[in-house]
Amino acid sequence: MAAASAHVVIIGAGHAGGTAAALLRQYGHEGPVTLVGEEPIPPYQRPPLSKAWLKGEADADSLTLKPLEFYAAHGIDFRPGVRAVTLERGARKVGLSDGSSLSYDILILATGARAIALPLPGADLGGVLSLRTAADAERIKAALGPGRRLAVVGGGYIGLEVAASGRALGAEVVVLEREPRLLARVACEELSTFFQDQHEAHGVRFELGAEVTGFAGWAGKVAGVTLADGRTIDCDTVVVGVGAAPNDELARDAGLETARGVVVDLEARTSDPSIFAIGDVAHRPMPIYERMFRMESVPNALEQAKQAAAAITGRPAPAGECPWQWSDQYDLKLQIAGYPFDADQIVVRGDPASAKFAVFHLKGDLIQAVESINSPPEFMMGKQLILGRRPVSKAKLADPAVSMKEVAA
Amino acid sequence: MPKITYIQHDGTEQVVEVRNGLSVMEGAVKNNVPGIDADCGGACACATCHVYVDEAWMEKTGERSAMEESMLDFAEAVQDNSRLSCQIKVRDELDGLVVRTPESQH
Repeated sequence: MAAASAHVVIIGAGHAGGTAAALLRQYGHEGPVTLVGEEPIPPYQRPPLSKAWLKGEADADSLTLKPLEFYAAHGIDFRPGVRAVTLERGARKVGLSDGSSLSYDILILATGARAIALPLPGADLGGVLSLRTAADAERIKAALGPGRRLAVVGGGYIGLEVAASGRALGAEVVVLEREPRLLARVACEELSTFFQDQHEAHGVRFELGAEVTGFAGWAGKVAGVTLADGRTIDCDTVVVGVGAAPNDELARDAGLETARGVVVDLEARTSDPSIFAIGDVAHRPMPIYERMFRMESVPNALEQAKQAAAAITGRPAPAGECPWQWSDQYDLKLQIAGYPFDADQIVVRGDPASAKFAVFHLKGDLIQAVESINSPPEFMMGKQLILGRRPVSKAKLADPAVSMKEVAA
Repeated sequence: MPKITYIQHDGTEQVVEVRNGLSVMEGAVKNNVPGIDADCGGACACATCHVYVDEAWMEKTGERSAMEESMLDFAEAVQDNSRLSCQIKVRDELDGLVVRTPESQH
């Protein structure tokens, strides 16, 4: 627990940083709190940027976590438009991009991750975009509409969500994926096939096993994506969605322990007891899987914000969680609980043709993960079974006539 | 603007003005009302914005949607007046609405 008067400086005003600031006040921290964010606007939700917001179904106000006035009213010094550039741990000082510096008693690194750029010829052409921030989403939205041609590089969740939103806005959409199937890194084959069918039914074209070699253009503006097989896919906008990398340079340069992100413990504390790291940037322990890893999800950002705020204010740590995430594409609600580590068997419950089914990943008779489509009971009960590490009967699980409550009984 | 009263499990009461069109969940989150986590931001994907609607307001807040019903079925400490607050849109008619939050959100 930190002193009641401790100055907590939070670097990064995304979902994790913004939530940590609000929770510190909610948990009764009385000392000064400074929230430093690179973007010009207060913390907001990123998930709708590729979904409801991109389709025009949510306004900017609904994205904002808390109104701007909230921060001053709760004694949180919110500093938009600046970035931390140096960290001197000995002096407990952070240097900012505007030349000023901040002294801290407690530092929370919530610097997030950035979209990985493709180091290919033409990647700097106008119209080659990626999606991470609200400003990125504005650019993509402005480029989509009837008659526009969108090429999405990367068949992961972001790419597929942008593809679905692009279709909703009336654009022609082609998805280029290097692997032979969609969602290759994150989902099983059943789900890959299901999503491909659904997107094709909505008019999305796919080029699988397609190796992108560069971007062609005219007068500084992209006009096509070139592939290793010599073809050029015509388009006027490209969205590159090939994953994200943690913004952990500040921590690395300051000598904090890092792996695939900043290494933290169950309290979200780094190798320096005065410094926490939360959200996409953190490489954190996940007791139910007995391993460390880095996650990119809102529930993860919230959980770690709670861990850090609880540790700083001397509250009990939150109960352990089962990681989860979601995706909306067309009228499909995908909810995923857990990660399929060491899974040795897949059980499909329900019929993919009905667009209402779930895929369970088991290790022995323990559920490691579940991917559910329009099936909240499978998701909700699956999440509880994963967290509880309770064995299940595969025969019952595979039979949709047996309710999830009976499966868990 | 309609006023909504949020009562926490420990009895702490907060009255907040929420503009029409926002959800009862958004009203809580934007005003830092504890007890409503809303992990998914209103996508009806997580059931962490569970509230108990005061009996007198049950009719005006309306019926649960099928998706909501299905999510609530697996939440903890569910009662007849349980709702997911992200699914209740604020409008003039709900001025004075009282909701209570459960002990914890899962």
